[in-house]
Amino acid sequence: MTTDVEITTAVSQQFPSAKPRASLDCPAFDVPAGDVIAVLELLRDKQAYDFLMDVTAIDWSAEKSPRFTVVWHLYSSTKHTYVRLAADCTSDSEPAMPTASGLWSGADWHERETYDMLGIKFTGHPDLRRILMWDAYPYFPLRKDFPLAGLPTELSDADITEEIKTGVISAPMVGGPFVATPGEPMSEAEPRAKDEAWSEQRPKG
Amino acid sequence: MVTANPELTYNSKIEGDIVVTRADAAINWVRNNSMWPMPMGLACCAIELMAAASSRFDIARFGAEVMRFSPRQADCMIVAGTVTYKMAPVVRRIYDQMAAPKWVIAMGACASSGGMYRSYATLQGVDRIVPVDVYVSGCPPRPEALLDALLKLQEKVKRERSASKLLSA
Repeated sequence: MTTDVEITTAVSQQFPSAKPRASLDCPAFDVPAGDVIAVLELLRDKQAYDFLMDVTAIDWSAEKSPRFTVVWHLYSSTKHTYVRLAADCTSDSEPAMPTASGLWSGADWHERETYDMLGIKFTGHPDLRRILMWDAYPYFPLRKDFPLAGLPTELSDADITEEIKTGVISAPMVGGPFVATPGEPMSEAEPRAKDEAWSEQRPKG
Repeated sequence: MVTANPELTYNSKIEGDIVVTRADAAINWVRNNSMWPMPMGLACCAIELMAAASSRFDIARFGAEVMRFSPRQADCMIVAGTVTYKMAPVVRRIYDQMAAPKWVIAMGACASSGGMYRSYATLQGVDRIVPVDVYVSGCPPRPEALLDALLKLQEKVKRERSASKLLSA
């Protein structure tokens, strides 16, 4: 993968507020939330970064501030290089970020997913609904304070809930046939190591 | 069927034009041999379900080849794949739309127990929302395993008291 070495000076000349961000692969910048759309527009129109590969976000955990960082990955189909942009959300409790869907229509669904999973509101988004979970789902599952097992809540259809009299439960994380035990070496913790009745390694129980 | 000794089988010259049997046996015989599946294909298990339906494994040998995508025409829902909580009400609604008598096969680890998806998004076993008759292990199960499940279900249906159920319904 080639790297676009001139991009760092080009961006920091136009936007002194954009700071280079530590990166192992492509050039990356930390940008204030207010400048993000202008920097994205510069990269798209002046630097030929015509393809928005991904919009996602990071939750640095509830103790950290700023808590949420939104990340954009851009690709240039002519230069064949990548660039990454990151911007911290100013509010930790009501994270928001201007939408990039005016620049790339593909940003629409990326931002809906980021909203669905992390609860970041993209201001100016034409249709900011959940995309993976159902509309009434009350949590943001990829936040650090959300347990992997999930939290109990209602299913989307009230009449079905009334009929089956059950809803979303926390998934059992211990004791099941597919659950590894934490803290043990892999050979012991793997679920298949628990039952070796099918092999001659252990006596049949 | 060619029988070596016709004396041992039904002979209309001796017995007349009457066949005597139990109502349960006749009803169950009909139900058994034309169990039309509702393919609830939700993940990779559905690929094995398709293989079970095609010529190499040929579920038609057991009278279940007519995959009906309308629940009104189906007898047996085969839940093949991971059921998410978003999909769960839909699965239940389709089950409700099937005409009785109806049966459910939970095909594979995900449909049976949530499988490896111990997460906020996955229903931990389809038996939490619909009554399951037969569970099939495997991830995904071989088509033979699904055929075996169908045979198991047929055995189960053979034991049902269909006539008294119909009269009391």
